Amino acid sequence: MNAHLFPQPVARNRSESYWAIVRRQFWKRRLNRAACAVIALLFAVGLLADFVASDLPILLSLEGETYVFPNLLRPPELRRWDNTLLLEEMGENDWAVMPPVPWGYNSHDLSSVLSPPGPGHVLGTDSEGRDVLSRVVHGTRVSLAVGVLSVVVVVLIGVVLGSVAAYFGGAFDLLLMRLVEVVHALPTILLLVTILSVVMLSGWASVVGMMLVIGLVGWTGVARLTRGEILKVKTMEYVEAARALGYSHLRIVARHILPNSISPVLVSATFAMAAAILIESALSFLGFGISPDMASWGGLLSDGRKHADAWWLAVFPGAAIFVTVTVYNMAGEGLRDAIDPRLKV
Amino acid sequence: MTRFIVGRVLGLIPTLLVIVTLSFFVIRLAPGSPFTTERGVPKEVVEELQAHYGFDRPFQEQLFNYLANLASGNLGLSTKYPQRTVNEIIAAGFPPTLLIGSFALLWALLFGVSAGIIGAMRQNTVFDYGAMSLAMVGISLPTFVLGPLLALVFGLTLYVLPPAGWGAARHVVLPAVTLGTVYAAYVARLTRGGMLEVVRADFVRTARAKGLSEQLIIWRHMLRGGLLPVVTFLGPAIANILVGSVVVEKIFAVPGIGPYFVDAAFNRDYFLVMGIVVVYSAFLLVMNLIVDVLYGFLDPRVRYT
Repeated sequence: MNAHLFPQPVARNRSESYWAIVRRQFWKRRLNRAACAVIALLFAVGLLADFVASDLPILLSLEGETYVFPNLLRPPELRRWDNTLLLEEMGENDWAVMPPVPWGYNSHDLSSVLSPPGPGHVLGTDSEGRDVLSRVVHGTRVSLAVGVLSVVVVVLIGVVLGSVAAYFGGAFDLLLMRLVEVVHALPTILLLVTILSVVMLSGWASVVGMMLVIGLVGWTGVARLTRGEILKVKTMEYVEAARALGYSHLRIVARHILPNSISPVLVSATFAMAAAILIESALSFLGFGISPDMASWGGLLSDGRKHADAWWLAVFPGAAIFVTVTVYNMAGEGLRDAIDPRLKV
Repeated sequence: MTRFIVGRVLGLIPTLLVIVTLSFFVIRLAPGSPFTTERGVPKEVVEELQAHYGFDRPFQEQLFNYLANLASGNLGLSTKYPQRTVNEIIAAGFPPTLLIGSFALLWALLFGVSAGIIGAMRQNTVFDYGAMSLAMVGISLPTFVLGPLLALVFGLTLYVLPPAGWGAARHVVLPAVTLGTVYAAYVARLTRGGMLEVVRADFVRTARAKGLSEQLIIWRHMLRGGLLPVVTFLGPAIANILVGSVVVEKIFAVPGIGPYFVDAAFNRDYFLVMGIVVVYSAFLLVMNLIVDVLYGFLDPRVRYT
């Protein structure tokens, strides 16, 4: 009997879903797992920056009163010129739990300006006596915020405009693709410098401004990608079926088309994250980015450029930028290979 | 072919027009003026200056005047350097920028193409992994990290090359390497990918069957197809090298366009900022066009419609 003529029993009766395959392919490689671990670590450091480095303790008992998380809440009665003063004031019954790095990113230790790495300041201090390790830790938060938020802006604008152009076609398509061409032809860094020099912001507003501006300039790649993918999917039978059922355009695009064309956008978003972090650092390096009262890696580097002997101002924030950009690029490449190695993203 | 080129060149004009108008709006609608300083210049003087540069006219008229001047190649007057026109400043700053950019590109192509060929020809060997790991490092190493490090190592520790400055041939090396490394890394990857696509193609097998030497096959037969992805990348790369040199010029104190631009943006030197943005955008558009045309020469399958 010719067994091969008959259908063979299938090992699993439920086929593996698309995303399950992608996930399996992605986790298979050790490099991808390592990249994800480092990204998770960066997010942890960014979110918990105040617990890693702060001039105020995590827990404090001072003169019979207990403070919980003064490093987060920063009660005005505890603020001092620098952290040593607070610790000197403490009596016998007072106690404090300090973060591993007992320096805030804006506490000026004027007794050691531009001091090299040593016991007091593990990674040294900058030209204003601020602890470099603390500023690198808090810089993680800033760069992640800029990265995540500008990627959200990029993906939102890119996906919406790309879908509209591809789905409705015709005049929409023509107009939007011309817009993409124009925005794409703008010299990004020059435009960003121009805009940011016009609106000089301070504090977290400078971070938000930066992320909006990077997003508004950087969406063209995602728009092009989305458009291309949707054009591929648009003529499929199931889309026609959805249209025959009388679904609204929004529902067809959001529920039927986008889930089948979004994966390359995901890859592109991962690369965009790395790019946004790079642009933020470059602009801060030039002096147009995050305001100096915020900690940013680019800002530290630009301080290092003015003081060429202070190698620790170039090496440590440089390493932070390098590692961050590398892991995002690695994750993006892993994701691309897991989805489709031939993708041109 | 000729029709295609003429059509594309004509297509550049509306794009450029939109870019100029857009950046004009961004720069001019912002608060502040180039004449606001801490010292408090008398009001009459400021008004005089505003009139001199035409800032007192209605906005549409200013835009129209700017476009009319632009059409005749006049980029206006600088407010920061009152004795010089924007054309003169750009003409003075462009040669160093162009020099560094060209050498950066040369370095990117030399290193990138050879690393890519080695990687593809010795696929999945130590050479391949070594070259591609180097490329990965290069891609993630931004100029403002690499530059100070190179200056620190070669300029301030080993004393082989000047850490900053301009004037001698030695001054070009570090900025060019700093600027070109990212692109070398990308070129290496693209070359490797492109070569791997053609390595098992029929025409390569035919060339081998003819008994051609391996060198000849690589250089004459494979590179032509294998370099296609690199050529596509070159257009945006040349433009980005030019723009990216703003940062590198700042690091190595090169008197190119970069420092002028940063200064101009700080001081709201409207016409200088505009002029640099316009010149760079035009350069970018032309580069993309050249690459599109070049593509057709390398790949005869491309049809111009």
